Amino acid sequence: MFLLKLILRNAFRHRLRTVLTLTGLAVAVLAYGMLQTVVHAWYAGAAAASATRLVTRSAISLAVWLPASYETRIRGVDGVKRVARSNWFGGIYQEPKNFFPQFAVSDNYLDLYPEFVLPEGERAAWMRDRKGALVGRQLADKFGFKVGDVLPIRGTIFPGTWEFVIRGIFDGADSSKVTNHMLFHFDYLNETLRKQKRRTDFAGVYIVSIDDIDNAAAIAVNIDAEFRNSLAETLTESEQAFQLGFVAMSDQIIAAIRIVSYVVILIILAVMANTMAMSARERTSEYATLKAIGFGPRFLALLIVGESLLICGLGGGLGMALTLPAAAFFKNVAGIFPIFSVSGTTLLSQAACALAVALAAAIVPAARAGRVRIVDGLRAIA
Amino acid sequence: MAIPLSYVARNLWTRRLTTALTAGGLALVVFVFATVLMLDAGLKRTLVGTGEHDNVIAIRKGAETEIQSGITRIQANVIETHPAIATGPDSRPLVSKETVVLISLRKIGAQKPSNIVIRGVSAAGLRLRPQVRLVAGRMFSPGAAEIVVGGAIARGFENTRIGDQLNFAQRDWTVVGTFDAGSSGFDSEIWGDVDQLMQAFRRTAFSSMVLRLADPDRLDGLRADFEADPRMTTELKRERTFYSDQSRALSTFINVLGLTLTTVFSIGAMLGAMITMYAAVANRVGEIGTLRALGFRRASVLAAFLAEALLLGLVGGVAGLAAAALMQFASFSTTNFQTFADLSFRFVLTPGIAAQTLAFAVVMGLVGGFLPAMRAARLEIVEALRAA
Repeated sequence: MFLLKLILRNAFRHRLRTVLTLTGLAVAVLAYGMLQTVVHAWYAGAAAASATRLVTRSAISLAVWLPASYETRIRGVDGVKRVARSNWFGGIYQEPKNFFPQFAVSDNYLDLYPEFVLPEGERAAWMRDRKGALVGRQLADKFGFKVGDVLPIRGTIFPGTWEFVIRGIFDGADSSKVTNHMLFHFDYLNETLRKQKRRTDFAGVYIVSIDDIDNAAAIAVNIDAEFRNSLAETLTESEQAFQLGFVAMSDQIIAAIRIVSYVVILIILAVMANTMAMSARERTSEYATLKAIGFGPRFLALLIVGESLLICGLGGGLGMALTLPAAAFFKNVAGIFPIFSVSGTTLLSQAACALAVALAAAIVPAARAGRVRIVDGLRAIA
Repeated sequence: MAIPLSYVARNLWTRRLTTALTAGGLALVVFVFATVLMLDAGLKRTLVGTGEHDNVIAIRKGAETEIQSGITRIQANVIETHPAIATGPDSRPLVSKETVVLISLRKIGAQKPSNIVIRGVSAAGLRLRPQVRLVAGRMFSPGAAEIVVGGAIARGFENTRIGDQLNFAQRDWTVVGTFDAGSSGFDSEIWGDVDQLMQAFRRTAFSSMVLRLADPDRLDGLRADFEADPRMTTELKRERTFYSDQSRALSTFINVLGLTLTTVFSIGAMLGAMITMYAAVANRVGEIGTLRALGFRRASVLAAFLAEALLLGLVGGVAGLAAAALMQFASFSTTNFQTFADLSFRFVLTPGIAAQTLAFAVVMGLVGGFLPAMRAARLEIVEALRAA
């Protein structure tokens, strides 16, 4: 009890210094948490991928299309349940900064994605309208799209301005699903290209749903074997691997963000260690007095470590408490990442960092206080 | 009269541990700040260096990158035969009809393949890009399944040594040379003969054309001519503008992310400096009283403590900058969001960045030191002397 009281008194002896240190800690822990969340957000697409879907694309690269005739051949491979077509449209809505993905998809696309929930009536309305489009809830909220709106989109890969009519808004089955994209009929794209006398009947990728997860690897190999040595060889991988491929493209950026998130911990360690070192230095004669009246080095060490833990606990706790509202705010304002939620692991690692900083900052002062000779300590001046 | 600087410096030296820790915190922030600026400078230099001033690139209207673009053979002929185009020593027009395709290659040590630009160029393509020099092996011969690879590709990707074979589009392509493109975007590309590549990829149209104007000022005239021609759906851009437009999204991303981070981090470091300076003032109340009693004015005391904070910031700034300077030996490669292709660039330290970084460090020191210095200057002589 006495120890606790002493720690509390010590921690708030220099109120200004403690408040400054606390603020610094809170800011650093908050920044660390936000950076970890940014890294997690990058993986959101891969995390939401289903194990029962494969993606077949051209072996050369994603930018090369596959013939439409592959659809039936893929369907013929053992274990394949459904095949859908998806094609990157790459259009611009008003200005380039309003970027969102648009896919020209086959009509059965949503059958493969049970995680996107669309009211039956809206689906029927979409099926009836060749220019119809479906938008995700996150996308609709961002731009205020409503059913019935006409969207003019300027094509970059497919020239011209394309008009779509929103016929439905789909929701994610749960909050981890990314719904910031738009879907429209591949036929609309195909027919228009035919009129323009450009290449038609192709697919960017085929989405393949399979009956048994355990057979995924074998089915992927069989699909690729079907097209070996053809004009358009394929590469089939699980949807998750496909999504991770996109993440891997920015792996050095992610690595840099990770490193930087540790740098902020180092910065705050320097600040905290400094605070503890200064406090201990000023109190050298007090420690000597405590020793002189019989307290051992263990007690002094506990005193210093306890103070460090208290300050870090308060600062870290404050930072963690601020992380959730900050993430919500960032999600609304920036809107870069469709999924931006703070995970439990992030909160745990924030706590672990605060603890590590507390201990690391206290080591040197505690060791010094333990070693100081009573006579020298009493003589010391701050 | 001013308090001598040596007094200021020796104060920092006396509290070495505290000074080192505070300056260390500042140095880390400065390091992050400087590397972000260096990365952006490197990206800009790479993409601006990719364009030649006199060169003009033709792409399809609405396309933002060469991958999305297409130019038919008829359109290519119209462009090629226009009188505004310069001619080479062989009196053929200085025009390169190019095809640009992305292929997947695996980075050394990476799990997942990256997208690489493979560019088919015409014979004039090399003359149009004087920054591209062959450093090993030989150039591909027209009509053969041969390719040459850029420096960043040769260093970073599997199977790209001279003599290696890459398999794509149903053919084996032999690597016969490595070129250095003076750290421009071409360094992250693979080049081959345009006719061979178009045949292999079953392309009927070119992706883009690069042309040299006989007179750089004739661009507007050329644009007007093509605008009036119903066969043409092309757009002309100066090569410099075209490539710097392509770096915009990535550059904005790096800047926004980096500067947000440094702002947040600098709060931590400034608080650190403030704590240190408050402690420095609190420990020296008696000294300050003595200085005042000796006849130094409040302004001199204020100046001395501000100078101490400034020096602290400068120490941190120099340390951070020195660490950042070492980053010049590293290179960075990532996918450019706009072109969807891998791009490798270096950290570039310019004198401007060095000055900005040091100014940033000094400002952090001053902001952190201002309130403590004010407190020191406000002390009453009698009370300060009594406190000692």
